[in-house]
Amino acid sequence: MAASFGRGAMTNHWKDFKNSDMFLVVGANPAEAHPCGWRWAYRARDERGAKIIHVDPRYTRTSATADVYAPIRAGTDVAFFNGLINYVLDNELYHEEYVRQHTNASFIVAESFSFDEGVFSGYDEAVRGYDTSTWDYEYEKAAAEAGEDSTGDERPPATGSGESAVDPRGFVRTDDTLQDPRSVFQLLKEHVSRYTPEVVSEITGIPEEKFLEIAELWGSTGAPDRVGAMVYAVGLTHHVTGLQMIRSLGMLQLLLGNVGRTGGGVNAERGHANIQGNTDNAISWEILPGYLGIPRPGMETLDDYIEQVPAKQLAMNSLNFFGSRYRDFLVSLQKAFFGDAATEANDWAYDWIPKPAENSSWLTAHNEALQNRLQGLIAFGFHNPAVGPDTNRVLQSLSNLKWLVAMDPLPTAASEFWRAPGVEPDQVDTEVFFLPCTHWIEKDGAFTNSGRWAQWKWKALEPEGEIKDDHWVLAQLYLGLRDLYEEEDGAFPDPILGLAWPYSDPGHPPLEELAKEMNGRNIETGEQLSTFADLKSDGTTLSGNWIYAGSWTEEGNQMARRNNDDPTGMGFHHEWAWSWPLNRRVLYNRASADENGRPWDPRRPGIQWNGSLWVGDVPDFPPDEAPDVGTGAFIMTGEGVGRLFAPGGLTNDGPFPEHYEPTEAPVENAVPQGRREHPTAFFYDGARESFAPAGGDFPYVATTYRITEHEHYVTQHVPYLVETQPDFFVELDPDLAAEKGIANGSQVRVRSMRGEVEGVAMVTKRMRPLRLGRSKIVHQIGIPVHWSYVGGKARAKSNANLLTPYIGDSNVRTPEFKGFLVDIEAV
Amino acid sequence: MPINRRDFLKLTGATATGAAYAAFGFDLAPAYAQARSLKIDRATEVRSVCPYCAVGCSMIAYVTGHQAANTKPTLVHIEGDPDSPINEGTLCPKGASTMQLALGGSAERALRPKYRAPGADEWQDMSWDEALERITRLVKDTRDDTFEETDDDGNTVNRQRGFAFTGGATQSNEEGYLAAKLMRALGTVYIEQQARV
Repeated sequence: MAASFGRGAMTNHWKDFKNSDMFLVVGANPAEAHPCGWRWAYRARDERGAKIIHVDPRYTRTSATADVYAPIRAGTDVAFFNGLINYVLDNELYHEEYVRQHTNASFIVAESFSFDEGVFSGYDEAVRGYDTSTWDYEYEKAAAEAGEDSTGDERPPATGSGESAVDPRGFVRTDDTLQDPRSVFQLLKEHVSRYTPEVVSEITGIPEEKFLEIAELWGSTGAPDRVGAMVYAVGLTHHVTGLQMIRSLGMLQLLLGNVGRTGGGVNAERGHANIQGNTDNAISWEILPGYLGIPRPGMETLDDYIEQVPAKQLAMNSLNFFGSRYRDFLVSLQKAFFGDAATEANDWAYDWIPKPAENSSWLTAHNEALQNRLQGLIAFGFHNPAVGPDTNRVLQSLSNLKWLVAMDPLPTAASEFWRAPGVEPDQVDTEVFFLPCTHWIEKDGAFTNSGRWAQWKWKALEPEGEIKDDHWVLAQLYLGLRDLYEEEDGAFPDPILGLAWPYSDPGHPPLEELAKEMNGRNIETGEQLSTFADLKSDGTTLSGNWIYAGSWTEEGNQMARRNNDDPTGMGFHHEWAWSWPLNRRVLYNRASADENGRPWDPRRPGIQWNGSLWVGDVPDFPPDEAPDVGTGAFIMTGEGVGRLFAPGGLTNDGPFPEHYEPTEAPVENAVPQGRREHPTAFFYDGARESFAPAGGDFPYVATTYRITEHEHYVTQHVPYLVETQPDFFVELDPDLAAEKGIANGSQVRVRSMRGEVEGVAMVTKRMRPLRLGRSKIVHQIGIPVHWSYVGGKARAKSNANLLTPYIGDSNVRTPEFKGFLVDIEAV
Repeated sequence: MPINRRDFLKLTGATATGAAYAAFGFDLAPAYAQARSLKIDRATEVRSVCPYCAVGCSMIAYVTGHQAANTKPTLVHIEGDPDSPINEGTLCPKGASTMQLALGGSAERALRPKYRAPGADEWQDMSWDEALERITRLVKDTRDDTFEETDDDGNTVNRQRGFAFTGGATQSNEEGYLAAKLMRALGTVYIEQQARV
């Protein structure tokens, strides 16, 4: 999503579903996975006749309440969305005014960009990578001319006055008629023209007439007074093409004018209580809090970093807000982390930020352990082996560690790995610690939900025995390390000794103080800030997470607010808790209005211009900037608009989405001029040998999923839930069951190249064989993930991830938990 | 006076007023005094948020002895918070059973740290002091052993690739922020939570 709009978060929020005309739910099952949020879609259905379309490998309770359901082969969603884009462009269903005003459709693309035989320009097969600089726009100045210009100092001002650095080549050339063959619009049209309904059907297994029915329905949301909400979850991200799946649905939403609007948006449904909040806080290898990029080797100074990481202003009317304020946010972060030790003289302690060499994702970290290069692991509420992928590989990686610390209220698959089935404890030399930590209800603190609402919760119970808070453990670890580095020195102690630890109880920092530090304050006056607009790069402000500025102001804890009034009737609830950024409830909401500031649909205004101000939701835009100034709605991108074409290094696998087959696929790629294997997916040492070829011994497509009664693995400790969903099972279709002699309720074994599971066969018409093209039939098998060797009905061979392949998305390395090959047999 | 079932319920639902006394010919007050009171009587309502998925359903925890002197707070009930504009009092099966999770689930909750020595096939109890001392030593030794001030190209990198930090999706923002702050200060680059897995 960041590649499309500039931010990676659900654009709208749960209650906003009530404002929709239509839902396209793909790779998600909200009726079971998010039932209390999905109620709002039913409200829209019941009160405004909204339609629900569900596309998923499995027929679920979401399908049962949908108006249209289509089964899809796992891992083929890019083909589905590119097909929809093709249909929308071909039939001119797009929202033309929106596309002109709010997307980069009119931008001219450089001659260096091309696409041929399934790969984009700049591809080097030997390194399985692209020279992404070939995916660029054409600029007003020629390259030679720009070269002369850039001998001057083009760096952004160090004062952080918010002036935007313009690309040295000037602004991007545009063609407002959208007719130039090198315009994004025409190139996109050409790119997706291969995804005809027939081709889409052959790849995805969605019958052609069903695809056309969906295309016509969803295309109808391109009318300015209609709006549709796109809903997805890990059913889309868990693929080697995961990021491009999200790109393709985001582009479709831009074309239909559905982004930034109440009732619309691109809505990623997150699976854990605070997965959003602690992504915002950058427990994620490639970012720092507030989605600031992690510096890379070679960016030797803060100036280098500011020169290379933030977006440049690429269009005259682009505010480029994020790009222009990057220095303010980073310096304020350094002041929060390092306090007085971060000074102008030491470049704000820029050197103290670690610079990862290459990908440092989940898969990479466990692979490092597998290769005996990692010594230790802290599992902060995490079931690493159960999460997988390829549980046996993860178990081996943990067995190679010198030490492992598991912090959790209850035993986990990580804390117990050394006695997992198939692991001999006497062969495991890992020292393992289990540190009993508090439950959510034994402490205060805020959870940020999928819709970006940060809601404060209060401590209700005292922990029993010697159970301690997670942050107590972290603080004790820090104080212990600080003492050791003071006593005996060690490697580069500066950031440890210089870390700001200004808490009233250093051994147990109050969560309120941490929340205030995240929000930020003026260091000179001590006042809490109410907006990140006040952050500065001169060392006079601090903010631990700039997007949380406004969450704890001089008026107090905004996340604890509980007034549920809704004066606009649009469900914004601005006084219930607090939503980042700046209590805004719908991101990019400037795009909810036309060039004169009038809502596309007056019944559902996001924000509108009242002659002097933008009113309604908190504007994602300068609140007093008149629409006739013409400033672009997407203030987080250098372009000022949403990206149909994502230039340069925003992705590593293409500026347009292209369908490649999953790593393990039963068929060849049916896209004309297509390529079967993802060109840039990364193969870890020895993993490639564990992938099954097409036409081999593993003919069936498997997909993993979640059910209502469990959440990952922790609920195996909750007796009511274990009773309602007691045992591991496997879903398969009746045809396959008949072919294999498998009776409903009998025990089956499912095998992949990597492992096997055994469970109860659930033979059900909810799974159905797919017909690809004229003759090819593909069976899919559904495997829930919630069982392992810990808690509840713990037993061997009940963990879905024993089967999954050790490979991830080309860009962010999200593992391919969906769409891999297995065989199945009666036990 | 004939009383059908419905009238009877109506009458018994009223307090022991004169009307009830007249209808039944006897005083119900002592019987009410004997009846068990609601378990949430005298409980404090503490507002919480569901710990499972990311819808963010508000919930009310009913606790007796909350912040009272010389008593241990006791959780008596959890239900959806009707004030929330998100869930309007509803909870799913997971949310509705959070009380069991809060009370320790299937009674496996460890009350003090546990240690499993290399090669051992059992946990042993360990004090916090001992566990923290040992962990701090391991973290420092690993960091010192693997710290890279520069990479092969001579770039300043100041990173440690000796240990990884995974998790955070179940901890609050403030705890997660502290974790990110500490881990980056230690030079950690292998940092991931549940967002992608």
